[in-house]
Amino acid sequence: MPTNLSSPLKADVKHLSFFYGTVQALKDITLPIAGNHVTALIGPSGCGKTTYLRCFNRMHDLYPGNRYEGQIVLYPEGINIIDPSVDPLAVRMRIGMVFQKPNPFPKSIYENVAYGLRIRGATQRNQLDEKVEQALRGAALWNEVKDRLHHLAFHLSGGQQQRLCIARALATDPEFLLFDEPCSALDPTATSRVEELLAELKQRVTILIVTHNMQQAARVSDFTAFMYQGQLVEFDTTKTIFTNPANQLTEDYVTGRFG
Amino acid sequence: MRRHLCERSIEASLFLAALASVAITLGIVGVLTYESWGFFQHVPLSEFLTDSQWTPLFSEAHYGILPLVSGTLVTTVVALLVAVPLGTVTAIYVSEYASLSIRETVKPILELLSAVPTVVFGYFALLFVTPLLQRMWPDLPGFNMLSAGLVIGVMIIPYVSSVSEDAMRAVPMLIREGSYAMGASRFQTALRVVVPSALSGIAAAYVLAISRAIGETMVVAIAAGMQPTLTLNPLEPAATLTAYIVQVSLGDLPHGSLGYQTIFAAGLVLLIITLIFNIAGHFLRKRFHHAF
Ligand SMILES: Nc1ncnc2c1ncn2[C@@H]1O[C@H](COP(=O)(O)OP(=O)(O)O)[C@@H](O)[C@H]1O
Ligand SMILES: [Mg+2]
Repeated sequence: MPTNLSSPLKADVKHLSFFYGTVQALKDITLPIAGNHVTALIGPSGCGKTTYLRCFNRMHDLYPGNRYEGQIVLYPEGINIIDPSVDPLAVRMRIGMVFQKPNPFPKSIYENVAYGLRIRGATQRNQLDEKVEQALRGAALWNEVKDRLHHLAFHLSGGQQQRLCIARALATDPEFLLFDEPCSALDPTATSRVEELLAELKQRVTILIVTHNMQQAARVSDFTAFMYQGQLVEFDTTKTIFTNPANQLTEDYVTGRFG
Repeated sequence: MRRHLCERSIEASLFLAALASVAITLGIVGVLTYESWGFFQHVPLSEFLTDSQWTPLFSEAHYGILPLVSGTLVTTVVALLVAVPLGTVTAIYVSEYASLSIRETVKPILELLSAVPTVVFGYFALLFVTPLLQRMWPDLPGFNMLSAGLVIGVMIIPYVSSVSEDAMRAVPMLIREGSYAMGASRFQTALRVVVPSALSGIAAAYVLAISRAIGETMVVAIAAGMQPTLTLNPLEPAATLTAYIVQVSLGDLPHGSLGYQTIFAAGLVLLIITLIFNIAGHFLRKRFHHAF
């Protein structure tokens, strides 16, 4: 464990377990998330990275039979966001998510980005215009789409669609963003654009990113958590995880000996 | 070699089967056109399209198709006003809200609705719905387009709901999750994301419903009266294209007579109207089709 996270916590995960019906996918995970930093989750396929990420915005609530145990305490309020008394909608209003595959809505580029604002009741045109432009600039997409904001989002390339999804998540000023392997469907150029974006974004938001790409984790993150079979094996600064891990399993994984 | 021959004969018989259905369709269109052509030798097209009366079997015969077209359109519009909202809402409910067990109950019940013989719906309109409506409007004639249209509407709800529901369920979960992740409620997700994603399928459902409503015969023949009347008022009795065809077909008109040919002229108009909606539906589907 890094002794000093050097900045206030955005979230504190305490003894988190998760069950798909009777199948336990996460086992007693305890992990602090530093505010305004990038925390990467690495581990072999099927180890529970996606499952873990989706606890933060209560995505598992959409399907019957799923069950959480433990706590995810969100700061500054210090509320446990997986408590059944907490409204998942309220959690999702604050914690945005970018999925593994781009998932734009069958709407125009503009309406995709404005979606979250409209959900929150915004109707004023000039206000929407401004927010949409801001978000698209934030996602480094503005220059490419500013002349065709009212075209269908499906006409964009895969990399542009993914940045559109980032813009969509940014438009509502989330405090916390979840990325589930956001570059797995992208080419190297699009990937490096997204990575540059992450570095910029962390000035404003806390980022939790799942990646199976070790170089990516090393490039973009400040802290790294290595998971294996539903458990947290090791959590430390990214530098320590990649240069001097405490656990043999971690070392084998980051040096590419398995996974 | 034998295998090859076998393959070839299977391919040939499949081709013949496909050819047969195309040939039958063309044959129907051909007969309709041929007999209608005979009809238009005696009745000028201008009279057919503008005369406000349709009384081909009276001694003073009029051959204006408009009364039959208006009857068809009024009953169809009334039916759609019932079926489109109810069918769409049912589809949204079953696809987006209902638990598995509710879905398994609702779907067979809806399918049962379309298994009821239309003659039963016809008498239901005449003997139950009309008396009910007459309590509200005592002047309502015993035969009227309103009750026929309402009952057709109920009858075609399953067409709207099941095709729309299939389209909505085909929307990938990933798209819905994108909406939920933005903080949207289930209702917002259904209305703002699922329905637009499924629009091409929903349009197909509406076109199917329109075709069914236009083609419906029994209910209108029983409940709407059989007097061709040029009116857009659903409270009046009227005849539709289909009701006229069945009425005249049941009589014994000499083969080749003008009265006999009116059936085909009415049939051709029916075909053209249905075709227009289907072509419109085809373009709607293409316009709103999204590949995920
Ligand atoms: N919906 C589900 N129902 C049951 N088991 C699931 C479901 N989704 C994932 N799992 C299981 O949970 C484990 C973790 O999956 P996941 O979180 O997707 O892993 P990762 O993202 O690290 O590849 C896997 O063993 C997977 O089979
Ligand atoms: Mg995953």
